[in-house]
Amino acid sequence: MSPFLQTIRRDLILARRQGASAFLAVGFFVVAASLFPFAVGPDPDVLASIGAGVIWVSALLATLLSLDRLFQADFEDGSLDLLVLAPQPLFLLVLAKTIAHWLTTALPLIIAAPLLAMFMAIPPEGFAPLMLAMLIGTPALSLIGAVGAALTVGMRRGGVLLSLLVLPLYIPVLIFSVASISAALIGQDGSPAMMLLGALSLFSLVLAPPAAAAALRLSLE
Amino acid sequence: MKAMSRLHQFANPMRFARLSQAILPWAIGLTVVLMAVGLYWGLVVSPVDYQQGDTVRIMYVHVPAAWMAMFTYVFMAAASAAGLIWRHPLADIAAKSAAPIGAGFTFLALVTGALWGQPMWGTWWVWDGRLTSVLILFFLYLGYMALWQAYDEPAKASRAAAILALVGVVNVPIIHYSVEWWNTLHQPASVLKIGGPSIDPSMLWPLLIMALAFNAYFVVVLLWRMRSEILARRIHIVLMQRAAS
Repeated sequence: MSPFLQTIRRDLILARRQGASAFLAVGFFVVAASLFPFAVGPDPDVLASIGAGVIWVSALLATLLSLDRLFQADFEDGSLDLLVLAPQPLFLLVLAKTIAHWLTTALPLIIAAPLLAMFMAIPPEGFAPLMLAMLIGTPALSLIGAVGAALTVGMRRGGVLLSLLVLPLYIPVLIFSVASISAALIGQDGSPAMMLLGALSLFSLVLAPPAAAAALRLSLE
Repeated sequence: MKAMSRLHQFANPMRFARLSQAILPWAIGLTVVLMAVGLYWGLVVSPVDYQQGDTVRIMYVHVPAAWMAMFTYVFMAAASAAGLIWRHPLADIAAKSAAPIGAGFTFLALVTGALWGQPMWGTWWVWDGRLTSVLILFFLYLGYMALWQAYDEPAKASRAAAILALVGVVNVPIIHYSVEWWNTLHQPASVLKIGGPSIDPSMLWPLLIMALAFNAYFVVVLLWRMRSEILARRIHIVLMQRAAS
């Protein structure tokens, strides 16, 4: 098995060993999104109008909270040093870790999304666009987040700084994903926004791993 | 590359100190003169707008501040790139010094925009495409400045901040266009119109002079900040040596 796939496999095994704590992000996602009906009242029309946005913001915040796991544990036990010293290009290994992170964080979020769509009174024809937008958009979240996580690994108050660094960069993803879902809900074509969302994910697929690799080398000096 | 090797002559801090010492009085003088001329021309002499009356005069501060906010970010990104690629020692210091100036211009643009918006639109804030983009730019500046503070060693901090600045500068056009698109999707009920149609020379000239004045101000404050940053690093080194001995 290539080192790339081995790295993915390693991270998946480690995540599985964490057991229930791997699903903390999903728990936060559900709880945070569920707060909004209490905040704005149970009127289905109001909920439906803000539903897609609320679900996406909760997904953003849940991803942010889980980005800690990406490099921190490896940093603490020294395996991050070994990864940096490996003969394989570091950006490939970073990409492998990010893929594993996406599989263990974003996929559960996507699976939990229809439940929250129901909570937010989004009509059933919105479920598929929501999940598709999350499928296309969450890779960008993981990739951009990886750059932030690499910059703040090993820092004392890294989590808060990570949020400040990464959230402004998440805004285009948020805009395009909610636009595509809203368009689909009113019967218009959501595919332009969806394609731009895909463009963002592809763009970050190319640029984020090398940036994160450079940041990792820096943090480990 | 020859230009770069010429620039490397200025990498010597002593030489930079002498050079900035020579430039500063002229830059300060230029700033004072341009500010005086521009502010008097813009705030007193220039004609009132047929729609907005005297409140249009905020434009002479608001628009140059917004221009400088964006220019400073590009300057910061260019300096960060120079620091990463060519390891020019003053490049990182220039980027670090420029950031608070840019954040200040951005804040000024946002505040003067709000002060302008209240009489014009009846509201302090509106999620117009440009306002939203500038707000996000402000957050990017804050994140950049926070990252510098988070590291103990300036060398590591400079490289981390450089990476962040370059990631950010790539994102600024993306953010700008996505916000424009978002704004056109969610058109507000009334059409908002800033300023008039094309701009008359009697308004254009004071605007350009204010823009030059803000640029001169930027140069002055940048040189001051770079000088004090170099001195602060020297003090830090001396203190470390004293603690080690």
